[in-house]
Amino acid sequence: MLSEQIQAQVDRELKKYPADQKQSAVMAALRFVQDEKGWISNDDMADVADYLGMPRMAVCEVATFYHMYNLKPMGKHMITVCTNLSCTLCGALDTVAYIESKLGIKMGEVTADGKYGLREGECMGACKDAPVLTLNNKKICARMSKEKIDKVFAELDKS
Amino acid sequence: MINIEIDGKLVETERGSTVMDAARKAGVHIPHFCYHKKLSIAANCRMCLVEVEKAPKPLPACATPAAEGMKVKTHSEMAVKAQKGVMEFLLINHPLDCPICDQGGECMLQDVAMGYGGAASRYTEEKREVRPKDIGALISTQEMTRCIQCTRCVRFGQEVADLMELGMAFRTEHAEIMSFVNSTVDSELSGNMIDLCPVGALTSKPFRYTARNWELSRRRSVSPHDGLGSNLAVHIKNNKVLRVTPVENEDINECWISDKDRFSYEGLNSAERLTKPMLKQDGKWQEVEWQAALEYVANGLRQVAKGAGADQVAALATPHSTMEELYLLQKLMRGIGSDNVDFRLRQSDFSADGKLAGAPWLGMSVAELNSRDRFLIVGSFLRKDHPLLAQRIRQAVKKGAQANIVHSSDDNLLMKVANKAIVAPSDMVGLLAQILKALAAEMQASAQGVENIVVGSEAAAIAKSLASGERAAVLLGNFAQQHPQAAQIAVLAEKIAALCGVKFGYLGEAANSVGGYLAGAVPGAKGMNATQMLASPRKAYVLLNVEPELDCADPQQAMAAMQAADLVVAMSAFKHHAADYADVLLPIAPFTETSGTFVNTEGRAQSFKGAVKPLGEARPAWKVLRVLGNLLDVAGFDYDTSEAVRDEAVDTANILSSLDNHLDVALQGVAGAGAQGLQRVADVPIYAADALVRRATALQQTRDAATPCVAMRGDELQKLGVKSGDMVKVSQGNASVRLTACADDGLPAGVARVAAGHAATAELGAMFGTITVERA
Repeated sequence: MLSEQIQAQVDRELKKYPADQKQSAVMAALRFVQDEKGWISNDDMADVADYLGMPRMAVCEVATFYHMYNLKPMGKHMITVCTNLSCTLCGALDTVAYIESKLGIKMGEVTADGKYGLREGECMGACKDAPVLTLNNKKICARMSKEKIDKVFAELDKS
Repeated sequence: MINIEIDGKLVETERGSTVMDAARKAGVHIPHFCYHKKLSIAANCRMCLVEVEKAPKPLPACATPAAEGMKVKTHSEMAVKAQKGVMEFLLINHPLDCPICDQGGECMLQDVAMGYGGAASRYTEEKREVRPKDIGALISTQEMTRCIQCTRCVRFGQEVADLMELGMAFRTEHAEIMSFVNSTVDSELSGNMIDLCPVGALTSKPFRYTARNWELSRRRSVSPHDGLGSNLAVHIKNNKVLRVTPVENEDINECWISDKDRFSYEGLNSAERLTKPMLKQDGKWQEVEWQAALEYVANGLRQVAKGAGADQVAALATPHSTMEELYLLQKLMRGIGSDNVDFRLRQSDFSADGKLAGAPWLGMSVAELNSRDRFLIVGSFLRKDHPLLAQRIRQAVKKGAQANIVHSSDDNLLMKVANKAIVAPSDMVGLLAQILKALAAEMQASAQGVENIVVGSEAAAIAKSLASGERAAVLLGNFAQQHPQAAQIAVLAEKIAALCGVKFGYLGEAANSVGGYLAGAVPGAKGMNATQMLASPRKAYVLLNVEPELDCADPQQAMAAMQAADLVVAMSAFKHHAADYADVLLPIAPFTETSGTFVNTEGRAQSFKGAVKPLGEARPAWKVLRVLGNLLDVAGFDYDTSEAVRDEAVDTANILSSLDNHLDVALQGVAGAGAQGLQRVADVPIYAADALVRRATALQQTRDAATPCVAMRGDELQKLGVKSGDMVKVSQGNASVRLTACADDGLPAGVARVAAGHAATAELGAMFGTITVERA
């Protein structure tokens, strides 16, 4: 079962669409699940499907298609580094290497304490600020030099 | 209509159709994979790229609307270059395993690669691999690596089966066809995905690696299962049926067949096949020659007829028997002076006998179902009893038709149901009376016999829906036909249909439910019907394809009659429980080994030839009956061919004149029947409906073939102190069985759903009536 909070959020989302097209809210519903739990399990997909009256496989298609849905736990703070062309030209690979050494994990992994996860991202539409990374898909951090990365982590360590 | 030019040929095509449609019309072949005429346009394989004059780049023919004056070139330099480019990409990740691929020889990719593929690949990197997943007993995904992501299987699930079980997860080169977390594919139409798959990614599990495509001969046949009469291609090798595929017939099965039609052939090769005539002598079964067996049968029947009277001889046949068999069986019985012959084994109300204006049938053509705008479907486990008729009804509903359901179980019909009334079997007549009264009010007409009925909201809603339609159909399902008040249900349904001037019909239970009537395999005025023959036991029974404990309305009663009889002659393709009570077992040929005719539910006679020789010493039943007729000195048994039998039995060109759903039965008091106790609702599970499918091993491993449970409302189970999953004792008559309980809140109150036709419930009594469920 989806939590009451997610149900309330999905219900609000559903008001945007015709009553017989509840599946329009699937992306939002999956986002709400991820916001609450940090990732989307198979059971969550089934719950979303049942709640929206969709085939389970149809929800699975959506959840596996979009890169920003996590299909496994990605830690409390998920850091997504853009490695597309502009960012890479501006040093994204150095950014990745630095974070990897700092956290002691590789791309796609989570620290043992479950605090940090690191993953590769696609263009975030902020090329002028390359290289960029996002925190939990919500906050963009621009021009990530080593110093700035240290600063970001100092903030996160506190929380 | 618009005119377009394809490869210099002028074609007239409908406005709104695509270049692909026009090309097919002109007989121009455009290579394609994802395009399928029955499925939506995906345009994702890009194989059908063609050159269109004035278009700057090649366009996909399947997704490009034809426009007036358009000039299309399918083989120009630009088109061929594009097609070859697409082919090269498709082959990048496709394994080069054609020599061991089941699809080899009938593979679209192989064929198109011959025309458009390069002699060698420029791709030297690692190919991708997709891990196989287990999606059930029917379809293998062992070589999913071969998939070219055309998504035909996914669209079939969404658009035809209306049950999306397969989907494409992930994306780009990681995209994979899979089911949700290893769940099985349970649709009753799933096998069509094997045909649709243009490569060898989805293959038939039972058929895999048993033969190469070019070793098989294809023989046309007709499905012996449900009332539709799907056209089949039976594929044989070394006189053995190795698989069954559909033969396209737009009027009947379109290009689909149900899984039952497709995989039941496994029963033909079952170890339980009866291959030699057998006689029970001194309590022991012995294999004998045909001559000895038939003489024994003739003598036995003659003795009973002489000694105890011809009316002590009774014949029962299943409606899966051919018209020729049914005709000769009744001719034989009448020849020796008995009028006791019937094929309606699961029917329990025969009060309409003698009052029928003709043979009950669909009341329209099968194809007409698609154009109905209102349905009233009474008493039908629609999806499982009529997989493809249900598919047509779903298509109509998707186009806006309203489906109204009156039934005793709220099954998921995979379609939008406008109104439904789920009532206990005893309330079904009353509910229809309510609809009739409400409809009369809607139409400002009068309806007699229902004045005192109080109309409920469900009935009123259904009446309103029916009244607002123009092309409605009132259809009676198997459950309604087997109901103990079937005649009253039919009368009411006919009146409802007449009030709004629409079609009224029966969804035929079996392949020959109409043909049985035409063949005269029903008792006359002095004969006994199926129930009477078993209720007052006869001294001799002739069984044609019948397994009484599974095929009859009341297995207990049927078995008691068999045990008590002096002579039971079982004509069967299989060894079955008849060994316990029969005296003679005559091996007869199933549908692939005999010629014959089935008259489907729309009254279409479809004759077929035997595809293979009968197994062992089995013989076509019509020939066996012919010899019996001669041995018993019955006149007119000198047929040379089954066609001669058919032509004597029925004028196939003129069948429609013998079909009429009108019944001259008076409407009786329709006040609540006041049933007491728990009522049984019995479905016949899809893979338990006839002897052949019961022995199809792969089908028996599907979820639909699982051992039946006792379903009741959750609150009623609770009252019994039983949880879902507990074992309970189910009793009916003098027997009880132990089954698992499961909660189903879609059932009406006071009802227990216990399937019939299954070995686990064969000891129970009638399909309708009271039943007790208690804690085990």
